[in-house]
Amino acid sequence: MSTKAVTDATFADEVLASDKPIMVDFWATWCGPCRAVSPILDKIAEEHADKISIVKLDVDDNPETAMKYGITSIPAMYVFQNGEVVKRVIGAKPKPALEADLAEFLA
Amino acid sequence: MRHLIIIGSGPAGYTAAIYAARANLEPLVIASSVEFGGELMKTTEVENFPGFPEGIMGPELMTRMQEQAERFGAEIVYDDVVSLELEGPVKRVTLGDGSVHEAHAVIYATGSAYRKLGIPDEERLSGYGVSWCATCDGAFFRQKKVAVIGGGDSALEEATFLTRFADVVYLIHRRDSFRASAAMQERAFADPKIQVIWNNEVAHIYGDEKVTGIGIVNTVDGTETTLDVQGMFVAIGADPRTHLVHGQLDLAPEGTIAVEGRSSKTSLPGVFAAGDVVDPTYKQAATAAGSGVVAALDAEHYLADIADAEKAELVATPR
Repeated sequence: MSTKAVTDATFADEVLASDKPIMVDFWATWCGPCRAVSPILDKIAEEHADKISIVKLDVDDNPETAMKYGITSIPAMYVFQNGEVVKRVIGAKPKPALEADLAEFLA
Repeated sequence: MRHLIIIGSGPAGYTAAIYAARANLEPLVIASSVEFGGELMKTTEVENFPGFPEGIMGPELMTRMQEQAERFGAEIVYDDVVSLELEGPVKRVTLGDGSVHEAHAVIYATGSAYRKLGIPDEERLSGYGVSWCATCDGAFFRQKKVAVIGGGDSALEEATFLTRFADVVYLIHRRDSFRASAAMQERAFADPKIQVIWNNEVAHIYGDEKVTGIGIVNTVDGTETTLDVQGMFVAIGADPRTHLVHGQLDLAPEGTIAVEGRSSKTSLPGVFAAGDVVDPTYKQAATAAGSGVVAALDAEHYLADIADAEKAELVATPR
């Protein structure tokens, strides 16, 4: 299963209005570490589907949202809850390290 | 049990895998979960790897090496090593998923990790203007001012790459000449967007939420200057990644893994090392690849010797 893509147009409905924690993976096709971490995020999303949703946003195609959240380094993985950023994780990390970063949402 | 486990998937690891696989050693390559392919995965055009007169993109080159290793039977696992037991005739490798893999021989080719400046606020603003990956983050600095710190090939390559996006690229080096290749230097000097600042070190990074500027200090006369930049890219070299073998393998004074003469033999029998983790000097994709060949051939001889010894023992001890 591959995580769903969100866009500038769908961000408010899909992310800000989500009633469960939702992590947005800000990425781009030219970013090697983004491609490396992507399958790990797919796996986390699958294993913890009841606790957290994970979606991805291509920063090239959706500059408005990337700029709004001040993204300057990718992969940037921001967790949103009730429309607010509650956690920021930056850089590709192995699965156990990402799960540790997200522990409060996966428990 | 396996014949051989190769730890690392840069040019050294994959080249060792190609040779070992062609020698029917069916190597298992532990490629890492997020850093597979090694340092070249973060570069753009590679112009000095032989056989590619037009140049080749770093990630493309690494994918080709991976496919070449797989073609001859290397098995690749995308996970990280969490611990190693290298003493004795059976080597044990434990991975992030908890699995334990055993082999008669190990090739250790983990490369190096980016060096940090070690100044206040570097960690806090990392990802918020402080970056170690120009190819990942450069595009966020369109029409902005950025600084690149360093004087080697990677610093000059990053500076040149960043001119695609940024209006001004300050290239800050603590000495008065670059270590980088002549080709890289010519390109950087010819670029009107690159401003070279010699004899300066970064002392401060300013910014609450994001980088807004840096403070640099002249290494000759001590004068301080504040530069208005939104991004700072650190390219001051890398240190060999040896933490997994501390206390098990001898290190050289430079911090690399000590090897015997021109071989890849470490201080433990059956453990070989290759690539940047043994090389404090050259650190090129092509030298790492060559070093991988040496390790594969050394491992092959070692495995043949222990197989012979086992046979000899069977003959000497009749049932």
